[in-house]
Amino acid sequence: MSIYRLIRQRFFPHLWCPGCGHGMVLNSLLHAVDDLGIDQSQLCMVSGIGCSARISGYVDFHSMHTLHGRALAFATGLKMARPELKVFVPMGDGDATAIGGNHFIHACRRNIDMVAIVMNNRIYGMTGGQYSPLSGRQIGGDDEKSRERSVFATTAPYGSIDRAFDTVELAKGAGATFVARTTAYHVQEMRRLFKQAYEHKGFSVVEVLCQCPTYFGRKNKMGGAVQMLQWLKDNTEKLGSKKLEENPNLIARGVFVDKDEPEYCSEYENSVIAKAHKE
Amino acid sequence: MSGKICFVQGNEACVRGALYAGVRFFAGYPITPSTEIAEHLADQLPRVGGKFVQMEDELASMCAICGASLAGFKSMTATSGPGFSLKQEALGYAIMAEIPCVVVNVQRGGPSTGLPTECSQGDVMQARWGAHGDHSIIALTASSIQDAFEVTVQAFNLAETYRTPVVLLFDEVLGHMRERLEIPEAGVLPVVERLKTDVRAGVNYHPYLPREDGRLPMSDFGGVHRFNVTGLHHDIWGFPTSNDEQVVKLNYHLFDKIESHANELARWKEYYLEDAEHVLISYGSSARTARALVEDRRAKGDRLGLLELQTLWPFPAQLVQDKTANAKSIYVVEMNMGQVASQVKAVVANPDRVFLVNRMDGHLMTPSDISQVMRVVEGRGF
Ligand SMILES: Cc1ncc(C[n+]2csc(CCOP(=O)(O)OP(=O)(O)O)c2C)c(N)n1
Ligand code: SF4
Repeated sequence: MSIYRLIRQRFFPHLWCPGCGHGMVLNSLLHAVDDLGIDQSQLCMVSGIGCSARISGYVDFHSMHTLHGRALAFATGLKMARPELKVFVPMGDGDATAIGGNHFIHACRRNIDMVAIVMNNRIYGMTGGQYSPLSGRQIGGDDEKSRERSVFATTAPYGSIDRAFDTVELAKGAGATFVARTTAYHVQEMRRLFKQAYEHKGFSVVEVLCQCPTYFGRKNKMGGAVQMLQWLKDNTEKLGSKKLEENPNLIARGVFVDKDEPEYCSEYENSVIAKAHKE
Repeated sequence: MSGKICFVQGNEACVRGALYAGVRFFAGYPITPSTEIAEHLADQLPRVGGKFVQMEDELASMCAICGASLAGFKSMTATSGPGFSLKQEALGYAIMAEIPCVVVNVQRGGPSTGLPTECSQGDVMQARWGAHGDHSIIALTASSIQDAFEVTVQAFNLAETYRTPVVLLFDEVLGHMRERLEIPEAGVLPVVERLKTDVRAGVNYHPYLPREDGRLPMSDFGGVHRFNVTGLHHDIWGFPTSNDEQVVKLNYHLFDKIESHANELARWKEYYLEDAEHVLISYGSSARTARALVEDRRAKGDRLGLLELQTLWPFPAQLVQDKTANAKSIYVVEMNMGQVASQVKAVVANPDRVFLVNRMDGHLMTPSDISQVMRVVEGRGF
């Protein structure tokens, strides 16, 4: 089937800059949904505010474009009301881990069945290039020079002093039952991980490292979209690979957590509702 | 009305009213003096096929009820001052995206953490203007346990009718006081169900296209129509727009759909107004005090009357004008610095004859608080 059935063509062209990684996330997601052959009327997308959050307008699902950082809270109400619906919650890095950080850890903790996608471009794109909790102090990566180089943002003109969260560790620590990371370069891997996340029953987090050439790229002399994608290719490696084992400066990609734990809506059904009816 | 009789707190009466109206989803965060609402619904909702969730904060709770409402559930949250402040951003979202829901604020003393266990009516203006941007809102209140039940049913009805959040402004005294409640049989009080679209699958459905009567039929998330909901200015599809004409049209729609119905939305009670020389205007638990004073002074032959407002927003301007037309003086009795008094002054013919009687220490107003002010105004000394 064609992925065109999954988008609202009327709402294109999209508002993303040329070369923005968010479009690649949309592309992989549409292919994943297409592969899964899901009935669109069962699909919901709930997003917050940011460049990334605009993704929900483009998909022909039930879509809710909500408040900065609060998408998971809206999604929680929706999912509890209609557990049979499938919910995707794409978020920017600021959206998910700054203003929405509290909702993020609590959604992980509850293990409510939905797919959270953290579109991590290490910057606030929509508001014009301020640092986020995922910007970090240094560019990092394999190359020694770039590893030590300070991260700049419009609100970090002298270089950022803020340490970064590791989204994967954060999600693991908070109790998410499926946690994965990939990049905008690895589109086939992304597609696969989205499918795995979708099929996992519980709270799934997929972090997608992606490029914002307009702000992160420009502020940090990372080049254009192509160079930034190359950076993502060169500085990440598959979990379990020899290369990764040998080089601690590389960022790991793959599935970090995949475990079965009681899912929140099912627990409400099986425990709370069942007991309330017995009384 | 031969219903079930019980002896309950205001907070529980609110819960009974919500259940009567068909609430099926509650999200909240504990805060005195509203917590009993969450506790009762945690117990009751799973018995009726509903869902309860204690969220990580009040803003998350407000967001969650928006999500559940869009999925087709009658939804509510309950809180007090600090939590009501946190909810404002998502309350604005519900206004903008036209999501029916009920938000209870059992008021306590403020600002900030204020007086957690004591009474106030200090959030009247916040209910009106707490969310940023021009908008309108419906806010109801009550002074007795029976009324708390009934206005809660009404709040759900109005939320569905107008596709908007409705605020219930209760207060600590009402929330915690116990009184007789008679719960009517099902069907005695009207219950408004959600207006669903009759547009068939496969035919274009416009979630934000008002019918001729101004109402907007809905389609549940998960239903046959897929559409977009956003807090941005949007077109009839729910898609973001900054088109000048559409922006202004939406602003007026959100305002007018409520303000142009101010007269129908007015709910009130009145006591001895026919020949009253002095009219007291009050609401919530302070209206109980005002009524006690009026009864007492009537027994002595004084021509006092009481207009008890149950609708605070949209402000019932016409009602206040009509009921005070012949009054020599008007006393607004409330537990704040004059949030309703300022509205009364703005609409009556003779604002110089409007006097505020207030109390700010967290204790319920007493009749002598009112008569003291009246003595001064009437020139009978302090
Ligand atoms: C409550 C609130 N605070 C601030 C903003 C302004 N704002 C909009 S998007 C955004 C950050 C966007 O960054 P991110 O979430 O990383 O997403 P991106 O735009 O990079 O995709 C901010 C701060 C807002 N909309 N709401
Ligand atoms: S500003 Fe950055 S994140 Fe936003 S659309 Fe442009 S490239 Fe993408």
